[in-house]
Amino acid sequence: MGSPFLLTMTSTIPNPLALIAELTHRCPLHCVYCSNPLELQSRAGELPTEIWCRVFKDAAETGVLQIDFTGGEPLARPDIVDLVRAARSAGLYVNLITSGLPLDETRLAALVEAGLDHMQLSFQGAREETANEISGAKSHTQKLRVLDWLRHRRLAVTLNFVIHRRNIDQLEEMLALAESSSATRIEFANVQYYGWAFANRENLLPTREQLDHSVEFLKREQQRLQGKIRIEFVVPDYYATYPKPCMGGWGRKLMLITPTGDVLPCHAAQVIPGLSFENVKDHGLRDIWEQSAAFQRFRGEDWMQQPCKTCDRREQDFGGCRCQALLLAGNAAATDPVCSLAPLRSKVDALLAAINTPTSVQNLTQPSWLYRSNPA
Amino acid sequence: MPPELHSRPRLAPGCRLGENSQQRVLLMPERALRLNGPSLEIVERCDGQHTVEQIVRELQKIYSQAAPQKVEQDILGYLALLEERRALDFEL
Ligand code: SF4
Ligand code: SF4
Repeated sequence: MGSPFLLTMTSTIPNPLALIAELTHRCPLHCVYCSNPLELQSRAGELPTEIWCRVFKDAAETGVLQIDFTGGEPLARPDIVDLVRAARSAGLYVNLITSGLPLDETRLAALVEAGLDHMQLSFQGAREETANEISGAKSHTQKLRVLDWLRHRRLAVTLNFVIHRRNIDQLEEMLALAESSSATRIEFANVQYYGWAFANRENLLPTREQLDHSVEFLKREQQRLQGKIRIEFVVPDYYATYPKPCMGGWGRKLMLITPTGDVLPCHAAQVIPGLSFENVKDHGLRDIWEQSAAFQRFRGEDWMQQPCKTCDRREQDFGGCRCQALLLAGNAAATDPVCSLAPLRSKVDALLAAINTPTSVQNLTQPSWLYRSNPA
Repeated sequence: MPPELHSRPRLAPGCRLGENSQQRVLLMPERALRLNGPSLEIVERCDGQHTVEQIVRELQKIYSQAAPQKVEQDILGYLALLEERRALDFEL
């Protein structure tokens, strides 16, 4: 026998189904890159506590390991502590993605006591002015307070920085903020261009020079902080050679539930014409996962067109993002136009060229933003 | 860096053992690791009580057909990997 010992030791679970629960579209902030759809769902239509609790049990039985509570701002739900408790007792790993805004120390203690495993605190920048400009609200000071409270709690903390042209030069300050906190992970995720971000993309995409500089900096820092803080970095895919494997492949790993209970294969799936979605009020998750036409639509390879259909990378990136294909190519089954092999890559290149001319960089220093609105 | 033999590894906040369809897993922020045989034996002992050395000795007994040195090497490698993923704290 060779070495059975090491080889069988670890493997990432092939189907670690995670559930993204968009509890509400309400949010105290108005980020210009918000990933919520342009048509936000109203408070009146939100799923009640009991249905969510039933969904958590159903999810665990379907094989889901982790639940991400997100929104909008999940803390805008008055029942958030009960939801955390119910998800944890159903056997799920509970992750909360929050702006930290409607939070005080008592509520934080209640969340931890209810079984919260991990908090992802999002930051709009390292400096007050930038952060407030991007979120369209005074929010930065409160986040620093939350960081301080977190120091005294046994809870995994990730700081999420959403990166774009206006804050990509502040990475050093962002990292310093993380190092002075109890965070063990930090995510520098460049904006993804859907929804509100797509409307604002000419003001958000970093220049190539900014991007190269940031990659170099973060590689160095990853080395320095090894074993202390894990740094994850997501580059804007407009600058990449190949697309990202969006959602780990359509209908392969993730399900998303909207505030009203519709079950989607990805955040932006509602923009794709011709897809309809089942609701948790009417169907169990296992049925939806296996049978929903929306989940089947882009699962596997049968739907692919050339060049994806015969490309060697099709099992790695699954042809990229369907919503991006729709936005840029006008066809959700097309090769994601950020791919260098895509027939429509020239559209992405044209935008990059416009952004990387010196005059445009200067002209865009005072952008006029389209701010995310709020639902009824 | 291999972990210090006298330190006591303990699962970091936000990392815990879980189970799903009879499969034990290590749940962590943003990812889960499937645990089988030796990896489960190791993680179960990352409780802030066992030292690295004790974990090595105990597993050498359980896996007595494997070369003791190989077992030690694999354990140190696995602990280093978990540390790199910020899944362990080492207490002295
Ligand atoms: S991106 Fe900003 S506006 Fe959108 S939900 Fe998150 S905090 Fe609210
Ligand atoms: S052609 Fe399709 S499968 Fe090949 S790299 Fe591009 S997007 Fe991926």
